[in-house]
Amino acid sequence: MQYYKKRTLVFDNANIAEGYTVAGPKENDGRYKGFFDLALKDDMFGQNTFERAERKMFEHAIEGAIAKANLTAADIDVVIGGDLLNQIVSVAFAARKQHAGFLGLYNACATFVESLIAGSAMLNNGLDYVLCTAGSHFSTAERQYRYPLELGVLRSPVTQWTATGVGATVLTSHKQPVPIRITRATVGRVVDYGVMDVNNMGAAMAPSACDTLVTFFKDTNTVPSDYDVIYTGDLGKLGSDILMDLARQEGYDISAQLHDCGASLYWDEQQTYQGGSGAACSALVFNAVLLSRMRRGEYKRILLAGTGALMSPTTSFQGDSIPAITHLVEVTA
Amino acid sequence: MAQYEITKDNYKEYVFEKMPKSSHWKNMFWAFVVGGTICVIGQAFIELYSIWFNSQDASVLASGTLVFIAAMLTGFGVYDNIGRFAGAGSTIPITGFSNAVVSPALEFRAEGYVYGVGAKMFLVAGPVIVNGVTISVVVALLTLLFGG
Amino acid sequence: METFLMFVKAFLVGGGICLVGQIIINYTHLTNGKILVLFLIAGAILEGFGLYSKLIDFAGAGASVPISGFGCALVKGAVKAAKQDGVYGALTGGLAACATGISIAIVSGYLVSVLFKPRTKKK
Repeated sequence: MQYYKKRTLVFDNANIAEGYTVAGPKENDGRYKGFFDLALKDDMFGQNTFERAERKMFEHAIEGAIAKANLTAADIDVVIGGDLLNQIVSVAFAARKQHAGFLGLYNACATFVESLIAGSAMLNNGLDYVLCTAGSHFSTAERQYRYPLELGVLRSPVTQWTATGVGATVLTSHKQPVPIRITRATVGRVVDYGVMDVNNMGAAMAPSACDTLVTFFKDTNTVPSDYDVIYTGDLGKLGSDILMDLARQEGYDISAQLHDCGASLYWDEQQTYQGGSGAACSALVFNAVLLSRMRRGEYKRILLAGTGALMSPTTSFQGDSIPAITHLVEVTA
Repeated sequence: MAQYEITKDNYKEYVFEKMPKSSHWKNMFWAFVVGGTICVIGQAFIELYSIWFNSQDASVLASGTLVFIAAMLTGFGVYDNIGRFAGAGSTIPITGFSNAVVSPALEFRAEGYVYGVGAKMFLVAGPVIVNGVTISVVVALLTLLFGG
Repeated sequence: METFLMFVKAFLVGGGICLVGQIIINYTHLTNGKILVLFLIAGAILEGFGLYSKLIDFAGAGASVPISGFGCALVKGAVKAAKQDGVYGALTGGLAACATGISIAIVSGYLVSVLFKPRTKKK
């Protein structure tokens, strides 16, 4: 495998076959209404617990992506993915129904891009079809990371809203009629600027996003204007502003290209404050929105930077700061 | 855009400057009005129960009634909506304690009535009982020692 | 008239206690659990010096309904029983005074978890 420096990889044959999304009701009321393959009317999805609902969303997304790519379950070599629950149970349990091998990943909300990088690398090593998936569910994440749902609390204006949704992408080493490929990627490193406020994830993750973006630009000798858009995962509005400041300081003006999957997911009147967060943000926006825009030729070259905050409630209670990670892929049509 | 170089050391101060501030006046107004209103409702129950009971019992029963009402409002999914704008106004009254007991009980019923409802009921409110009972015993013992 | 004045005092004192809580939240970002414990301890300590009961006499529910009133009731019960029964009273008095409130909270919590299902927040 070719690479520039240690962390920036080049992929020759990571073709995107199809992407499939399952979105929650609030997400489908947002800016991307109608973009999703399956929009749930009720985020219980006919199950008796939220955890089972999240699991079923993964099952649907995996099966949906395989069917949409005109494949059968037997064609998939490996399923790679993760979610936000302890022991990444949602995707692992959903993978019980698959014949494929399974790699469970966890990099918080950067998991989707992480899975794309791992999948692309496996295709370079001779696999035919790899399915990459990630997602999150508001109600399961809320009670694991924050408060019970019915507890009356005043939310801080820097909070974000964990998005409900799952995205799945089928990657293949076979050439596709509409060629959309993952061409390069940068594996992020863990960056911690000492942010303690668990409500303010955007501020915790922005330095890591800057680190990965600048590393990629320097390694590949590119500039932001080489790209139609640069999408970050779930920095939110405040986090995006901070990222622009940090990047400008490093000599890169990304204000014309920068968008954030989480911040763009909802309308302002949906009261999500800084926008969406969660592994679902990049998985939903990439598979539902960016892929179709690339198919239509609106975008030729884009960057997708998945951002993740790597803390747990335990580390927060013990007074530790929030480490963050950002992985990046370059997608070319 | 910050006028200085952002470094790891001054990052917290930079973020603090950049943060949107919650509208403090609005928060405080609603905390005052909602908190006051809950106490007025409590007072109404005290006046009502005073018809039948002595003032001590009336006060205890009034608080108990508020606890029950808040539990039901939590069940119907109303209390968290009040808390969203009232903040401390709905947290600090005894109704907030009730909400803190009932919301995890409801939330964790999927894990069953022993490890879910039973174990998680005092997830948020447990510290109140633990600290309250401890301090009451300590104060009472001190009173005994020093003769109050 | 006296009853009406009591309602006004309950509103002002109760609202005032919550207002202080909100100011503390705004400037320190304390979580729910910590705010509850803080006010409980404040009420308990004030009652240790016999002060909080006076506030309850003045404002009725305005002082007894906030969680600080709960702390006061615990201490008041423990001290009163201690004076009667010594150490045994100090151990039982607090919880006994608040048993009604706690029992109602536990039973209604159980009831609600049987009757209702948790629902997702809309916003």
